[in-house]
Amino acid sequence: MDQRQRLVVVGHGMVGHRLVQAAVERGLTATHDVVVLGEETRAAYDRVALTSYFGADGPDALSLLPGGVYDDPAVTLRLATTVTGLDRQERTVTLGDGEVLGYDQLVLATGAAPFVPPVPGHDRDGCFVYRTIDDLDAIREASLTATGGVVVGGGLLGLEAANALVQLGLRTHVVEMAPRLMPVQLDAAAGSTLVRHVEQLGVTVHAGVRTEAVEAGPDGTGVGGLRLAGAGDEPGPLVEAEVVVFSAGIRPRDQLARASGLEVAERGGVVVDEQCRTSDPRIWAVGECAAPGGRMYGLVAPGYAMAEVVVDALLGGAGRFLGADMSTKLKLLGVDVASFGDAFATTEGALELVFSDAVAGTYKKLVVTEDGTRLLGGILVGDAAAYGVLRPMVASGIALPENPEDLILPGRGVPATGVGALPEEAQVCSCNDVSKGEIVGAVRDGVTGPDGEPHRCEDVADVKRCTGAGTTCGSCVGTVKALVEDHLASVGKEVDRSLCEHFALSRQDVFDLVVVHDYRTFDALVEAHGSGRGCDVCKPVVASVLASRFHGHVLEGATGSLQDTNDAFLANIQRNGTYSVMPRIAGGEVTPEKLIVLGEVARDFGLYTKITGGQRIDLFGARVEQLPVIWRRLVDAGFESGHAYGKSLRTVKSCVGSTWCRYGVQDSTSMAIALELRYRGLRSPHKIKGGVSGCARECAEARSKDFGVIATEKGWNLYVGGNGGATPVHARLLAGDLDDETLVRYLDRYLMYYIRTADRLQRTAPWVESLDGGLDRVRAVVVDDELGLGAELEADMAEHVDAYFDEWKATLEDPEKLARFVSFVNAPDLPDPSISFDVERDQVRPRDPAAAAAGPVDLGATIPVGVR
Amino acid sequence: MTGGTAVPDGWVPVCRIEQIRRETGVAAWVHGEAVAVFRTHDDQVHALGNHDPRTGASVLARGIVGSRGDEPFVASPLHKEPFGLRDGVCLDDPTVRTPSFEARVVDGVVEVGARRLVPAVAEVP
Repeated sequence: MDQRQRLVVVGHGMVGHRLVQAAVERGLTATHDVVVLGEETRAAYDRVALTSYFGADGPDALSLLPGGVYDDPAVTLRLATTVTGLDRQERTVTLGDGEVLGYDQLVLATGAAPFVPPVPGHDRDGCFVYRTIDDLDAIREASLTATGGVVVGGGLLGLEAANALVQLGLRTHVVEMAPRLMPVQLDAAAGSTLVRHVEQLGVTVHAGVRTEAVEAGPDGTGVGGLRLAGAGDEPGPLVEAEVVVFSAGIRPRDQLARASGLEVAERGGVVVDEQCRTSDPRIWAVGECAAPGGRMYGLVAPGYAMAEVVVDALLGGAGRFLGADMSTKLKLLGVDVASFGDAFATTEGALELVFSDAVAGTYKKLVVTEDGTRLLGGILVGDAAAYGVLRPMVASGIALPENPEDLILPGRGVPATGVGALPEEAQVCSCNDVSKGEIVGAVRDGVTGPDGEPHRCEDVADVKRCTGAGTTCGSCVGTVKALVEDHLASVGKEVDRSLCEHFALSRQDVFDLVVVHDYRTFDALVEAHGSGRGCDVCKPVVASVLASRFHGHVLEGATGSLQDTNDAFLANIQRNGTYSVMPRIAGGEVTPEKLIVLGEVARDFGLYTKITGGQRIDLFGARVEQLPVIWRRLVDAGFESGHAYGKSLRTVKSCVGSTWCRYGVQDSTSMAIALELRYRGLRSPHKIKGGVSGCARECAEARSKDFGVIATEKGWNLYVGGNGGATPVHARLLAGDLDDETLVRYLDRYLMYYIRTADRLQRTAPWVESLDGGLDRVRAVVVDDELGLGAELEADMAEHVDAYFDEWKATLEDPEKLARFVSFVNAPDLPDPSISFDVERDQVRPRDPAAAAAGPVDLGATIPVGVR
Repeated sequence: MTGGTAVPDGWVPVCRIEQIRRETGVAAWVHGEAVAVFRTHDDQVHALGNHDPRTGASVLARGIVGSRGDEPFVASPLHKEPFGLRDGVCLDDPTVRTPSFEARVVDGVVEVGARRLVPAVAEVP
């Protein structure tokens, strides 16, 4: 057949997009022209991550087609286009504007629509559904004048919607007819664990309650609240809210199919066979509008699988859709929830192993076969770390370990053999259907790239790019990482610790080379041991090592161009390109006079003021050209840089200790100030913080810091390694009952040992774990001085203390360094016109760039300022 | 010097080359928009739009300058997306780009010229 065929895809959601992608990737466009019709004005985006739209990056961050076009001339994407009719005789579809479009093959990917229960008032102004970015925009708009919001429906999507309302600052309620949240995925105990978590976030849950009506606001318009059903004929309570979001399920959008006489399922959805073909052999249906075997699948992964099957069929393949794994793992309102396999133990003779910890808020259940050899399913709430290993166990039917409860009990962790034990066919990524075999194969044998060359994956990022694993919901990334490392270790390959393409060296290698060869510049190092001109990974590492070693000004000639974003301007860059300024307030102690100066500076420059978690005050919204003027005021008042911008010591937090507190046994404030002043300006592999508590009550939370000092009757206990970043850990005792001098000596050694040996951006907790021997190794080096390094480490620290100077003051004294602090090199007095602010709670906040682009340009802060 | 005085053939002098430290950039105001002007280690100059297309913030001139293979690039200071200095195309995602401008050095003065036309997307064989 040399005649090109036309494939029309109705619907450009996630599944419609996947189908087109597959058509392009698998070469269907060699014989078919593809026309995709999307009713929304946006190209396909990630609906699964809808809530994150309020997060960092706006709608573009969700886009699955950032350029807005497919890079295949055979594909035409038409947005803002509805389809109103389907004529199967003529093989045409009619578009909203009356245009008639012929097809040879037609795919229905029309998705589903939110179900709005027909309660009185469901169509009032102030009622919304939660499915598209436009819905979210409308909810956001309404929330500006609202104080309360209520979600009708406590399933997956309802909780997502509740999360959105919480993020919008509304007093949030969830109403669910079933006696628990997420009734489809969770059992009663898991549901109540989830309720506790959700209520801790300030969301009120009404479970086992019907909705009676949406009532109008006090003036008879809009929404005033949701009336719940009471007992018998009594009306129930009113949940006060101006915003109502219906999330009570979805209904397949099968109207086109119905109207054209295609067979539809009893409960809705276009009936399709195993190849996703409808009752008309030229028409296919995929995703939520389809009902394979009469059943609708409301998840993205099965929809993707259907899309692949249809493309395969059009290419003459025999792929079949045989149902899908309905396992889910997600973070709801910050709570991990997972449900997989036979979660409700419906299998004959199945046993349930349950571990529940009310204090920690975790509930874990494994469903195993009667003989305990195989895993059938499970539920995890509050901690779903084991999901990545457990779910493939269900699908693959591999034997459980001797004590299956080890898989869920705390502190045992998922056995390291977990991923090793998985069979090749175990599905690791359910969203994109990637098996363990494919992942390991991508590392072992490589994947044929677009250039036709095999490309061997070397890390998780490579594997994600080449196989698609971990790119949709991200829940399997931990497992992917374990598989990659497991394989590399199995072939005796060192896990590559190269910084980047310019240096096949780890940070520690760089440090050692700088020490041995006394390199003073990046150029000398890259010429001798690297290649190219460096990048945003290696340059800051070299800058940090040179600063730790030689204590010069970070903006000095040779190192100035190496500094990371924040170090380069001695301030913290914020989302709109302005900076925040944070002077040191050692130990959190500040005089009234200095406090007043901070207020005056913030007022005079129109800065947003916030008290930080580290007992300091942060001033936001400074333009790059204002930084020197602001520093001048602060330095004149006796302040200095707080190094909030550096990978360096930040703060040493303290309580008021024996000076004021009736319980304090040592002067923790003086010790905290002494330590902060001793280690200020110390550049390190990652930022470091300390804390000093004056008694065992631990009001300074010292054990959550890189180093924590807690007073005892006899002296000080020193705890180390309490900063795990995203994975919280507690600092552990290194040595106890120390006098002041010994405490400082051990701290000197500990910090310098960390600076010398840690990896790039490796915090102290993982660093301690990475040492052979862990904390015992640290104790051997720091306390017992087994390597004989003690004196050398102390000398290094003494050198740092002697060399310290205030970077802000030094910059003010150097015209050459100051020259960089201008808005434009050729118009130094012109404030950057793209920066503008809104006002919120009487202070400035960055204006959303999208809004700024649409609105009038505002040449200055919107709050009058005294100094320009 | 005031912002962006045009000279007959559209070239705008913005600063002397020594005002840009090697392997850094400066922001300049040219034809009513913010342009990031970079100087590489071998004293080549490149000019790109200063707005980071991912975030809309006018910050590219403040990024770290380096190389990927033979390609000089700048990493956006906000999220580290790498943009090629020669054409403004994001090295990790060719669908994302920032405008690029003609740039040259004449008698030690850096000049920015016309905005370059966006080349068509390369044919996929």
